[in-house]
Amino acid sequence: MSEDLRKIIVDGEEIEVPNSYTLLQAAEEAGREIPRFCYHERLSVAGNCRMCLVELVGAPKPAASCAMQVKDMRGGPNGEPPAMNTLSPMVKKAREGVMEFLLINHPLDCPICDQGGECDLQDQALAYGRTGSRFPENKRAVEDKEMGPIIKTEMTRCIQCTRCVRFVTEVAGSPEIGMIGRGEDAEITTYLESAVESELSGNVIDLCPVGALTSKPYAFNARPWELKKTETIDVMDAVGSNIRVDNRGPAVLRILPRVHEGVNEEWISDKTRYAWEGLGKQRLDRPYVRENGKLRPSDWTEALTIAAEKLGGDASKIGVVAGDMNSVEELKAVKDLADALGVASIDCRQDGAKIGGGARQDYLFNSTIAGIEDADAILLVGTNPRVEAAIINARIRKTWLNNDTKVGVIGEAVDLTYEYEHVGESAKDLAGLKKKRSGFIKTLKDAKRPMIIVGSGALTRGDGAQVLNAAGDLAAAVGAISEDWNGFNVLHTAASRVGGLDLGFLPGEGGHDVAGMQSTALDTVVLLGADELDMSSFGDAFVIYVGSHGDNGAHRADLILPGAAWTEQDGIFVNTEGRVQLASRSVFPKGEAKENWAIFRALSERLGKTLPYDNLEQLRMKLFEDHPVFAGIDHASGAEGAADFDAKAVGQAGDVADEAFTSAVSNFYFTNPIARASETLAACSALRSEPAKVAAE
Amino acid sequence: MSVRRLAKEQPDSFAFKKKSEDEIKFWLGKYPEEKKASAVIPMLWIAQKQESWVSEPAIREIASRLDMPYIRVYEVATFYTMFNLAPVGEHLVQVCGTTPCMLRGSDELIKICKNRIGKQHEISEDGKFTWVEVECMGACANAPMIQLANGEGDHYIEDLDAEKFEKLLDDLAAGNKVEYGPQSERNASEPHGTSVLSDPSLYDGSKAKKIKLPNTEKAEG
Repeated sequence: MSEDLRKIIVDGEEIEVPNSYTLLQAAEEAGREIPRFCYHERLSVAGNCRMCLVELVGAPKPAASCAMQVKDMRGGPNGEPPAMNTLSPMVKKAREGVMEFLLINHPLDCPICDQGGECDLQDQALAYGRTGSRFPENKRAVEDKEMGPIIKTEMTRCIQCTRCVRFVTEVAGSPEIGMIGRGEDAEITTYLESAVESELSGNVIDLCPVGALTSKPYAFNARPWELKKTETIDVMDAVGSNIRVDNRGPAVLRILPRVHEGVNEEWISDKTRYAWEGLGKQRLDRPYVRENGKLRPSDWTEALTIAAEKLGGDASKIGVVAGDMNSVEELKAVKDLADALGVASIDCRQDGAKIGGGARQDYLFNSTIAGIEDADAILLVGTNPRVEAAIINARIRKTWLNNDTKVGVIGEAVDLTYEYEHVGESAKDLAGLKKKRSGFIKTLKDAKRPMIIVGSGALTRGDGAQVLNAAGDLAAAVGAISEDWNGFNVLHTAASRVGGLDLGFLPGEGGHDVAGMQSTALDTVVLLGADELDMSSFGDAFVIYVGSHGDNGAHRADLILPGAAWTEQDGIFVNTEGRVQLASRSVFPKGEAKENWAIFRALSERLGKTLPYDNLEQLRMKLFEDHPVFAGIDHASGAEGAADFDAKAVGQAGDVADEAFTSAVSNFYFTNPIARASETLAACSALRSEPAKVAAE
Repeated sequence: MSVRRLAKEQPDSFAFKKKSEDEIKFWLGKYPEEKKASAVIPMLWIAQKQESWVSEPAIREIASRLDMPYIRVYEVATFYTMFNLAPVGEHLVQVCGTTPCMLRGSDELIKICKNRIGKQHEISEDGKFTWVEVECMGACANAPMIQLANGEGDHYIEDLDAEKFEKLLDDLAAGNKVEYGPQSERNASEPHGTSVLSDPSLYDGSKAKKIKLPNTEKAEG
């Protein structure tokens, strides 16, 4: 759709911008910076802070540039293009005036404010404000509001920009924050000061331009200039949100989102935001050996000797299970070692998902996350994206809100923050959908770009492969796969899953998968950060746990080799859409813990099967050589190769059970050992489960 | 105006009565189904007319009827000062304190309120009265004035002075019928002592043309 362009003059410079642009966008196009508080690119326009005033030539008053469009500008009397000034004395005076008014009721408590140093109001007061205030009266004070374990409030600082209100209403889809009262007495609050029940609520902290909403767990911890910032990738779910990890010394103090239009835009989920709390707790900081039923602190020499002894045994009696947060490098090292030892029982699907082995499109989110916005009909199968991938759910909500995309659900009828048609509950409903003539199948067939999203919950069942096949079959039947669109999607819940599948971290010939390992008597089981398993089913096997946190796996382990958490080593992660992303080390591993790949490199030497790399670069070179797919950093394949993709062939043909789908995630806040160690997330979880408790009583 | 909060003590539940339901039906009928949130102010008003104030359960009831988040209704209820967020006495005396009324002696009325009723927003000891100072109600020609809200509806009582106001409160306390409108010899806002517009038939509605209001079944005078 071509847009009408219009010539306008910004500060004497003529530019051509689309008619639909706001003056603020046009000014930015011309390279001008317009100060703003309430305006935010991803939220609706409120126009209430007035900081973005500009001068319209010929108009008597300054205009709020965020709320006025280029098409509404008036040209000069002799047909000159309309002109605005952003640098004129009038604009300077207007900004000073607005700033003076904003500061009338804003406390001057910057020295004790957590926003200090990264505060929009502070920065803009410096850049655009007057030196002093002419206001001798008392300042307004506002009672603080309770907003739950995540958001700390200091409402006297609030400048009523309503960004938080618009965020929870528009993006998060849980309209719980509002502005009550009016005029001087306007206050931001949740309804009766209840906690905000959203997986994305932490984002209001970033949105708040002042220190009114700050992070409760981070309160009074650090100043932004003391922190070392590391740009990395989140591993709490399979979205691969781009994040920035801030640390001071050895402690990670907070996690903030980075902008990536293709993945998380600029939001992150609360789990991502507060996982850092878990990084300092329940840590395995030295090797342990179980003796007489108790874990005894040990050292690396002893631990590696024991491990080598055990792994040197009968290879058919050894099993390796990878967890949910392993980088591709460590999986590669483990797989190389397992191959060298002849261990065939390796599996990266600790949840038992019946997936992998086939073409790459079989297990990817092929439409890509950004592609959700192009979809006109979405069918969710056995997934609750709100808890499995909150960021993806926000995208679905965005397209539902803006593009009138129709959403259907086969599975649990839960609150997804958008309206959907509940098509069915069980796998039978999925298999039978193709034959139906009316209802959602028609919507899918009529859609130009339909999407079918299969969740992990649907794949971990006994008939997972058949469910996958039924979904692929449906995708093919509704024309979801064309040359430039692949509407067949698998939504993973684990950050390391796609990487593991790409690597072929799957049972080899004669090897067992996770369920097989649990049912056969193995001599030795290596758990690579795998905690979401029934530990009692490993029988008498000698369990070697390699990981960072003392959780389920460590409790069962006979030998613990302390590894690094994901913030403590460089690593490659592949998100659910197959996007390869680089995570970087922020801090060093705790205590005696080592980077995970290095543990296996050391182990390989003891076993006489030395792995052919001495450092991460060499490991990566080997990795890229063996699997070129990992070399395409930040590339999501999307619809590439869709023309050759046979969706009917995914999974295994066969009958599906008449069993209702359940989500793979029962508790959003507790999906991995790091999250389980976080106090804030535990508090959020307790708050969420409270109503259920009350109802049960 | 001051910070408006919900009352500390709230009833356990709220339900619209039959009469209110009829009014709700009328108001909801004015808006298309998907825009029914437009009826939030009438709904709050109906709830207030029924209970004399808007309680927290009422806010929730209205929100669920209009498919609105609670906070949205809460915002509206706290924005408009016409919604009482706490119980009021049998008669709510809204005294205009804006400039024209003030110049014509509204502070006298306020003083009487303070003496006889007590603090603003609080119910008098006998439960009969609550008073509040409000902004201009547009009857400046008949200043000073009050609006009296009670079971009979909302009525202006104008052209007051201290003596008349005292008597008015006496009558209300005693349960006597009071006359609404100007308390002077005037019928409306015509100049004092004029003889025009004195024909009583001008005011009883008999000269008015019957009109049909939009969306109503009955013709109203």
